[in-house]
Amino acid sequence: MPGRIAIAGAGLAGLSAAQELRRLGHDGEISMVGAESHRPYRRPPLSKDYLLDHDADVALPGTGELGVTWLLGQAATGLDLAGRRLLRGALPSVPFDALVIATGVRPRTLPGADGLRGVVTLRTLDDARTLRDALAGRPRVVVAGAGFLGSEVAATLRALDVPVTLVEPDRVPLRRPLGEQVGAIIADLHRAHDVDLRLGRRVSAVTGAGRVERVHLDDGTVLAADLLVAALGAEPQVEWLHGSGVRLDGGVVVDRHGLAAPRVAAAGDVARWPSAMLGGELIRVEHYSNAVEQGAHAVRALLGIADRYDPVPSFWCDLYGHRLRSVGLTGAGYELRLLAHEPDGRFLAEYHHNGRVVGAVTAGFLRRLTTYRHLLTKEHA
Amino acid sequence: MRVRVDMNLCQTHAQCVFAAPEVFALNDDDELVYDATPADALRPAIEEAARACPVQAIFLDGD
Repeated sequence: MPGRIAIAGAGLAGLSAAQELRRLGHDGEISMVGAESHRPYRRPPLSKDYLLDHDADVALPGTGELGVTWLLGQAATGLDLAGRRLLRGALPSVPFDALVIATGVRPRTLPGADGLRGVVTLRTLDDARTLRDALAGRPRVVVAGAGFLGSEVAATLRALDVPVTLVEPDRVPLRRPLGEQVGAIIADLHRAHDVDLRLGRRVSAVTGAGRVERVHLDDGTVLAADLLVAALGAEPQVEWLHGSGVRLDGGVVVDRHGLAAPRVAAAGDVARWPSAMLGGELIRVEHYSNAVEQGAHAVRALLGIADRYDPVPSFWCDLYGHRLRSVGLTGAGYELRLLAHEPDGRFLAEYHHNGRVVGAVTAGFLRRLTTYRHLLTKEHA
Repeated sequence: MRVRVDMNLCQTHAQCVFAAPEVFALNDDDELVYDATPADALRPAIEEAARACPVQAIFLDGD
């Protein structure tokens, strides 16, 4: 591995890249450039335990033993590909021989709600602190968006006995990532826990004197609220790469081996790669296990020792004591077969595409899921 | 090589079962069971499992 490695983005994918470099014996300089002031940490607890428990631990161990130069608190602002350096605004640029792009995503904000206090997003540790502090006042909460994040936040707030209205434009929560029938199961879970679920509705305006007081829906409904959590999905953080020569198309596009340009790889939430399972269609995955696997893979790509990146994706999502887990590809674009749905809420669904199983999701049938995982791994090999 | 899982931390995300099925498995009650003294050849898979563990509950020691 040539001399100096820069990693743009100090999240899980970047950390995984640094760990893989050291594991493979790279003893040269590694610089990690991150927008946040924190070293990499675990984001999944931010919508779960962290909101419930002031002692919840989000640390990722081992960041101190990697010999990384941490350049935190200022995101990369540009890439000089020919000159091989990362720009950091007015701060000194970071020269490199090889680069891993792992700048992740940023949450979409609610248009027209700028400047009102009590309107929050949840992505970073600082966001989670702000939300947790706001919960101490027992606010009336509206959550805009019933995706993975919005659904988890709603469930966590109900565990705190905070009243929640959950607003979702689609027919059911999580319809696109999990399909209609699974979304309907999740809708029932929310209702069973006294979430005021407003489906087929979106937030059209937020009003109040300096802070949120009323949330207006597109059917004219006005909800009194003290806090609005915008959980509207996220956008890849690629603005800093415009004009750099790196191909951008809904993320940083990498080739089948993980390279975005010679000696430049990309990994994690920001990266889009040609999926072998889907005949080369570009996909981007915002889940924990992908950040871990693709971060390490990016390093092997830079070394020229990478196989085609062809993971079996998986995620988990905690809702009201149920843990949803998936393997493979899930979503409304595939044929969904609900194989089991028990009165206690446990279920198992599989997803088919072009006549074969491409993924599965369950709450409660975990061992069945590992069978799918083995099947999908074998089919790939 | 010795493998240890801190069962106080483990929340059965099962990412290790996916990464290293030769070492980690689920029993009939969906609890994690594992081979504490696996063959050295499995080290890369176990390291992958340790990295993939969302609660960082997997520890390797000894060579």
